[in-house]
Amino acid sequence: MNIVEKILARASGKSSVAPDDVVFADVDKVMMHDVSGPGVLKVFDKLKKQGIAVDKLWDPTKVWVAEDHFVPSADKLSAENIVKLSNFTKNYGIEKHFKYGMGQYGICHTLSHEQAMVMPGDVYVGGDSHTNTTGALGAFAVGLGHTDIAYVLLNGNIWFKVPETYYFKLNGKLPDHVMAKDLILKIIGEIGNDGGAYRTMQFGGSGIDDMSVESRLTLCNMTTEAGAKNGIVEPDQKVVDYLSSKGATNFNIVNGDADAEYAKVFEFESSEMEPIIAKPFSPDNTCVVSEAPSVELDKSYIGSCTGAKYEDLEAAAKVLKGRKVKIRTEILPAAISIYQRAMENGLLKIFLDAGVTVGPPTCGACCGAHMGVLAKDEICISTTNRNFPGRMGHVESQTYLSSPMVAAASAVTGKITDPRDLI
Amino acid sequence: MKGNVVKYARDNIDTDVIIPGQYLKVHDYAELATHAMEGLDPDFHSKIKEGDFILSGKNFGCGSSREHAPIALSHSGVKAILALSFARIFYRNSVDGAFLLPIEIDQDAYDGISEGDEINIDISTNEIKNLTKNQTYKMKPFSEIIGKIIAAGGLFKYKPDQD
Repeated sequence: MNIVEKILARASGKSSVAPDDVVFADVDKVMMHDVSGPGVLKVFDKLKKQGIAVDKLWDPTKVWVAEDHFVPSADKLSAENIVKLSNFTKNYGIEKHFKYGMGQYGICHTLSHEQAMVMPGDVYVGGDSHTNTTGALGAFAVGLGHTDIAYVLLNGNIWFKVPETYYFKLNGKLPDHVMAKDLILKIIGEIGNDGGAYRTMQFGGSGIDDMSVESRLTLCNMTTEAGAKNGIVEPDQKVVDYLSSKGATNFNIVNGDADAEYAKVFEFESSEMEPIIAKPFSPDNTCVVSEAPSVELDKSYIGSCTGAKYEDLEAAAKVLKGRKVKIRTEILPAAISIYQRAMENGLLKIFLDAGVTVGPPTCGACCGAHMGVLAKDEICISTTNRNFPGRMGHVESQTYLSSPMVAAASAVTGKITDPRDLI
Repeated sequence: MKGNVVKYARDNIDTDVIIPGQYLKVHDYAELATHAMEGLDPDFHSKIKEGDFILSGKNFGCGSSREHAPIALSHSGVKAILALSFARIFYRNSVDGAFLLPIEIDQDAYDGISEGDEINIDISTNEIKNLTKNQTYKMKPFSEIIGKIIAAGGLFKYKPDQD
């Protein structure tokens, strides 16, 4: 069995499983945020009317909650949702609630690894499509809707069809100034935005061995944009060290068997990658930066679970150091812990000296919620994950997806720019 | 199940156009319905009537896990989506929450059915009859688990132990 099959077999109490088997898997961790939490409450209300008991959760210690989409509260409705979420966690005894304005908080997928909320081998479900991110730690990490999350909260398990696995063998270390974001855009451009549909996308090879855990998180994060059920990397010493550095030492590493089977194997020469962007209006509409259209950008946005981890900020700082931005530029570190490190290591000074607005952790404009949404006809280069029509604001705005380095270089020139042309 | 078809002859209708991100903070189902398909078709509500169907191409509902998407469509009156394929979370949300039926169709049905056609969907025979054009198409049968959840009326009414 491969890693996903082994995790699902263990979680469903079976000696083995194979693709297309339907299993009810026990869940190890479940996450909600300020959109899915109130959504789940709505489901609870419906269940109550049907006479189904919703007065206690199966295990509140396995549940954790983030505030990220509309925080700091964008308006009255968002503020009410935060109150609802706070009452929810209080009433149901959920202690792991990361509240803005009270120390560590941030984007749920970023907290999943910054706070070591999820362990290798876990079945981890979250009320958000980018839950896939945390597969980089070797967990089966899957995004679900409100009804399914409500089901998990009350029952502790949920059905899955065991997915086929597509294995992506990445050969060689990424060149300087080329990032995991470039690589995943390349992959999505090749296989299309339903190229991984219903499947696991597993990454391995020397390109992964050489890659930091944060870069692997970027790869797994955007498997969602290829339609995948989940993304995963087999945990190695880097993952063990990463988790240890966050204080987590009590976990069981699960790896695939030597004779693990994959539905398909893809090979990518990661050592030959170039900076890549996705043009409007789909993450699979990619081209190399050297062939990017010559558009006048209005804005550069460095944020989100995809593109505002510490490593992403560090990469942007390399480009912005000693330079000035020519267009509106926002940088929103994805969690307070990252914000703090950026302060301690001088990144914030580099950003502010360059003229950037540095904002608080939030999903913000990535999902068109608030804090920098786009007006009609505005064109943005962004380190986020999707660029469907209206994703970041007006339906007639345009978003180009890129790595943090490309977004930073483009902020300096006002055009889509290869960072290697500046450095 | 009989109704008329509103056709969007394109692939990849994503959750950002089905219900734009700014409305994720809204949890009132009736209000969500008023914004359904706002990112794609401002005339959606003048076209759709209670019991109607949407017909579209590949990868319908791709993008976010927002359950707001099937909720907004279902509370606008949409009873089923017929598409060449679906994105997984949208599909799952539609079935587990019992909001609407996601029906996978083949190219013949996609090409044969036009905007405004009246069709009858029979999930017991996996047949779609086009009453306007007097044609019949096959739909892809639901997988066993999906069929059982639909028959039960959603995930919470499905009892896996009684299988």
